[in-house]
Formats: sequence, structure tokens, C-alpha cells
Amino acid sequence: MDSTPIDVTSLSLADGVPLQAYLVVAALLFCTGVWGLINSRNAVRVLMSIELMLNAVNINLMAFSSYLDGQLIRGQVFAIFVITVAAAEAAVGLAILLSLYRNRETVDMERFNLLRW
Amino acid sequence: MTIATTTQLICFAVLASTVVLGALGVVLLPNIVYSAFLLGGVFLSVAGLYLLLNASFVAAAQVLVYVGAVNVLILFAIMLVNKREDLSAIPGLAVRRLLSGLVCGGLFALLLRVALTTPWALPGPLPVGEEATIRIGEHLFSDYLLPFELASVLLLMAMIGAIVLARRDVFSRDIATGEEVDQALIEKARTPLLLDKSAS
Repeated sequence: MDSTPIDVTSLSLADGVPLQAYLVVAALLFCTGVWGLINSRNAVRVLMSIELMLNAVNINLMAFSSYLDGQLIRGQVFAIFVITVAAAEAAVGLAILLSLYRNRETVDMERFNLLRW
Repeated sequence: MTIATTTQLICFAVLASTVVLGALGVVLLPNIVYSAFLLGGVFLSVAGLYLLLNASFVAAAQVLVYVGAVNVLILFAIMLVNKREDLSAIPGLAVRRLLSGLVCGGLFALLLRVALTTPWALPGPLPVGEEATIRIGEHLFSDYLLPFELASVLLLMAMIGAIVLARRDVFSRDIATGEEVDQALIEKARTPLLLDKSAS
């Protein structure tokens, strides 16, 4: 594997926050969300993890839009669409959760195994 | 290094650490109510990061939609399904946590390497700054008009779907007068279909 050297000149803190800092924060947030999505037993916490992942994607979009696409800020428009879809997803997801809870009397993800192979 | 950039760096450090620690708290805390409130903190800090990126409109939308709607909705859901239940132990939970932690750590290492080794085309064009809201409006009503209208249809569909999914069975008899309600409008009384078979 070739090791590309890390470009240190673009990482200097002299002229504000570098783009890479935002990317690292978004990557941490996304990985936390993925871990929570896999390991949560409570169904509400799974929905929260999905929101965390969507926010990480939004941070990436906004950082790229500000640093690399400063004139046509298309990333901000995409972030607004992502926020819209996230709101719709949260509403439908919580409605599904409520009707599941009404039928199964639990929020444990391990017991929602009706479609288990 | 001027005072402005120093202030920006300090704000970024505070907001980024709040985001990361809050997200860890959301995932790891055993009490789900604390998780929900920490999630609100994470959303607010992300809005602060947007303000640092000169995007005041998206920051306002983030606060309104995420903190004002999604977080409140999650709190309502927690209140509605709030039953203390002792989760039954499942075999291999520790192994699963460790493995998924390794996978997520590997994913983070990959993303970190991509972010740090890619030669980004920096510095890009000059940011528009305060004109961002005007540009977003122009985008939404010219080249992103179709996605904009589709988003409105999606929101309508989500609203109707959420109402249909989450509504309770209505009474078959009017409480005040005692007369029968039109049967075509209500669901039949039904027993829960998906009773847990593994418990018995």
C-alpha cells in the first residue's frame, strides 16, 4: 500500500479552522451513530442513532459547501433537503414504533423478530 | 494569528467536543431520557458549527426542525412507551459490542485517512457569507425546484402515514349520546395480531 504523505501545509491553524477538522468531527459522529445503531436494545435509541448519522452527513455537506463551493452553495441546499427527509423519517419511524409497542408491549429490539429467517 | 481566528478555533473546539461527547452520551447512557436531552444538545452544537461555517439559514432550520420538532417528538415517544422493563440477557452481547466497536473503529480510521490524505482543492472560491440565504432561495426556486416540490409531497405523505400508523382505535359508540358511530369510519375491534410467541 502506498503511503501518501499527509499534506501538513493545509492543516495549519493560522488561518482558521481547516476543512479536515470538520471532516474528522463528522466521521466521529457517524461512527458513534453506527455503533449505537448496531448495539441499542431500545428502539427509540436506534432512531436517535439514525439522527446522529444524518447530522454527521449534514456537517460534511456544509463544510464542503463552505470551503470548496463558496459561490454556489449547493451543499447547503442539499443539507436542507436532508433535514426535511430526516423530519419525515422521524415522524414515520416513531409512528411505527408506537404501533409496534401497542402490539408487542415492548421496545426491545431483540424481540421484534417476526421476520427472522 | 489574529483574535478572530483564535476565537473561531476556540468556538470550534468547544462545539466539536460537545458534539462528540454528547453523541457518546446519547449512545452509551443507560437512561434514555438523559439520552434524549443530550441529543438536543448535540443538535444545538451542530447548529453552532453551521454558524461557524457562515450558514445562518441552515443553522436556524436545524434548530427549528431538529430541536423543535424531532427532539420533542422523540421525547413524546419516550413518554408514550415509558415502561421500565428488564431486558433479557442475550448470549454473546459482549462479543457483539466488541466486534461492532472494532468495525466502527476501522470505519473511522478509513474516513480519517481519506480526509487527511486527499488533496482538497483548497482554497476554494470565496464564500458568499451573508448572502447565503439569498443564494439558497435562488437555488430552491430555479434549479432545485423539482426536489423542492417533491419534498413537500414527501412531507404530506409522511404526515398522513404517521397519523394512520399511530392512531388509536376510536370508540364504536358516541360517549355523550350513546348512539352508534358510522361503522365505515372506524376500524373493527381487534385483538393484537403479533402477540409474542417466544415469551410463552
